[in-house]
Amino acid sequence: MAVRRLAEPHQQPKAFAFTADNLAWAKKQIAKYPEGRQQSAVIPLLWRAQEQAGGWLPQKAIEHVAEVLGMANIRVLEVATFYTMFNLVPVGKFHVQMCGTTPCMLRGAGALLDICNRRIGHQNEVTADGTFSWVEVECLGACVNAPTAQINVDYYEDLTPETFEKILDEMAAGRTPKPGPQVDRQMSAPIGGATTLKAKA
Amino acid sequence: MLDDKDRIFRNLYGQGDWGLKGAQARGAWDGTKGFVEKGRDWLINEVKESGQRGRGGAGFATGLKWSFMPKQVGERPHYLVVNADESEPGTCKDREIMRHDPHLLVEGCLYAGAAMAANTGYIYIRGEFVRERERLQAAIDQAYEARLIGKSNVHGWDFDLYLHHGAGAYICGEETALLESLEGKKGQPRLKPPFPANMGLYGCPTTVNNVETIAQVPDILRRGAAWFAGIGRANNTGTKLYCISGHVERPCNVEETMGIPLRELIERHAGGVRGGWDNLLAVIPGGSSMPLVPAGPDQCDSLLMDFDGCREKKSALGTAAVIVMDKTADIIKAMARISYFYKHESCGQCTPCREGMGWMWRVLTRMAEGKAQKREIDALMQVTQQIEGHTICAFGDGAAWPVQGLLRHFRPEIERRIDEYTRHASVETGKHQTVPA
Repeated sequence: MAVRRLAEPHQQPKAFAFTADNLAWAKKQIAKYPEGRQQSAVIPLLWRAQEQAGGWLPQKAIEHVAEVLGMANIRVLEVATFYTMFNLVPVGKFHVQMCGTTPCMLRGAGALLDICNRRIGHQNEVTADGTFSWVEVECLGACVNAPTAQINVDYYEDLTPETFEKILDEMAAGRTPKPGPQVDRQMSAPIGGATTLKAKA
Repeated sequence: MLDDKDRIFRNLYGQGDWGLKGAQARGAWDGTKGFVEKGRDWLINEVKESGQRGRGGAGFATGLKWSFMPKQVGERPHYLVVNADESEPGTCKDREIMRHDPHLLVEGCLYAGAAMAANTGYIYIRGEFVRERERLQAAIDQAYEARLIGKSNVHGWDFDLYLHHGAGAYICGEETALLESLEGKKGQPRLKPPFPANMGLYGCPTTVNNVETIAQVPDILRRGAAWFAGIGRANNTGTKLYCISGHVERPCNVEETMGIPLRELIERHAGGVRGGWDNLLAVIPGGSSMPLVPAGPDQCDSLLMDFDGCREKKSALGTAAVIVMDKTADIIKAMARISYFYKHESCGQCTPCREGMGWMWRVLTRMAEGKAQKREIDALMQVTQQIEGHTICAFGDGAAWPVQGLLRHFRPEIERRIDEYTRHASVETGKHQTVPA
């Protein structure tokens, strides 16, 4: 359990509504579920709202989703606060989610957390230029490519302090570094080449 | 070693085409109509005969689970739900299936749907897997387009398959929490009974299966139950995706036969333990919820990686995520971090879990420094036993077991640190330092 609260009133925008495209998309999502079960779409809709709002979920967005789905505000609020991928406070242009769970920790995630602290600052705070924010997260599910960070939606894997700093440098300069393993390997195959499936697929 | 021809996931590393054409070239969607036409009983029986046990952690027999669904479809429709909320620390196998061999999963869903008379399936993927979600959705779209699934498809069993995602809650990997989440609520597990086969999604009969379990089904049907049953040992049949992480030379995912000795698995595929086998301290054989197994002749040296093999060492196969720790690892700190994970992910519904997780983490954090009393070791053991079995879901057990494993095998190390801390404290302050219990 983590204590999760909405952003301060002065950070909250005055209004939120889905764009026409997003609303049409939302209708399609709702159609995935049986009639009368539109509540099922709450997580996908909140996620889309978060994307539209610039990476975080303002109170008005939560209320708008409640309205679209015909749910009570509190039911949507409890979903938004329960699931930790909903950022309740503003994030930077690049939001770094650094995995600190044991498999990553064993491979040196500690040094990467230090870099985040030094370069970006406290967790859940945005740098002055609005470029970065970061948070330590629990297992990202890329353990054989540890240590791993998720930056916005992409996974950056097999990080070292050097490669991680380089990625941050690139992003600060407005470029998008290539996601995936940052060492020479084919996805989750062993470094130096697979021990199986060597015949051409 | 498992022959390449006996591997199910032949595009495990994404070296080939993930799409429909590539999958078909590897054999997917071949003979599908024939299998579907043989009907429910044949499908269930074939999977039963193969001896396949669920690949998501609990290891329940898949065919048997399917047979729990009502024989006749009544007023309530049947649902198939696939658990793709892969978040057990150490585990990253389903991700590879979804991004590199998604058609095996889609095809497997059709068989599972036909076997349990479900016309609708939902795949619940964890929220972090955004790229995997895009890939899997693309595969589902391809299958719809080719009329392999959907209403009046070419296989004769109407089947709609939808992809649904979560938003970062480990607990949603628990099947009833997953159903709650899929219904648009907080992911808090339900009391069982009623079991999902009677009252699952929207109160309808539902079966929840793991991604790997479902994705293995097409090959079981195509090659025959006897082929699958012929790999591994009795009661532990087939192949398995192993995730080898931590202190090995070359961490990797690999598909191997069930029951492969741990040492062979690590040395053949992951380049061995860093610093050699003798440098091994302990492994967690089945994802973070399972007790660790220490190095030693009666322990890791003779550990066979299957359900029964791990049980012999008082652990469990779980998701077959092998987390390796060599002698440089701080075992107490590593387990304290696992406790922090459970503290963070507890859904907060049951008091023993909600309060116990934080309590265990705080005590373990102090123990990692030696800043504890020796009597607290027994107190910690007692608390784990008071959590275990006293919560709605198995999360409490899964958080208690790794701590029990630590206390069972590394008690002398904890005591040594306490002694060391006390000794230093005495030298620095000139008096005995007391730590509140």
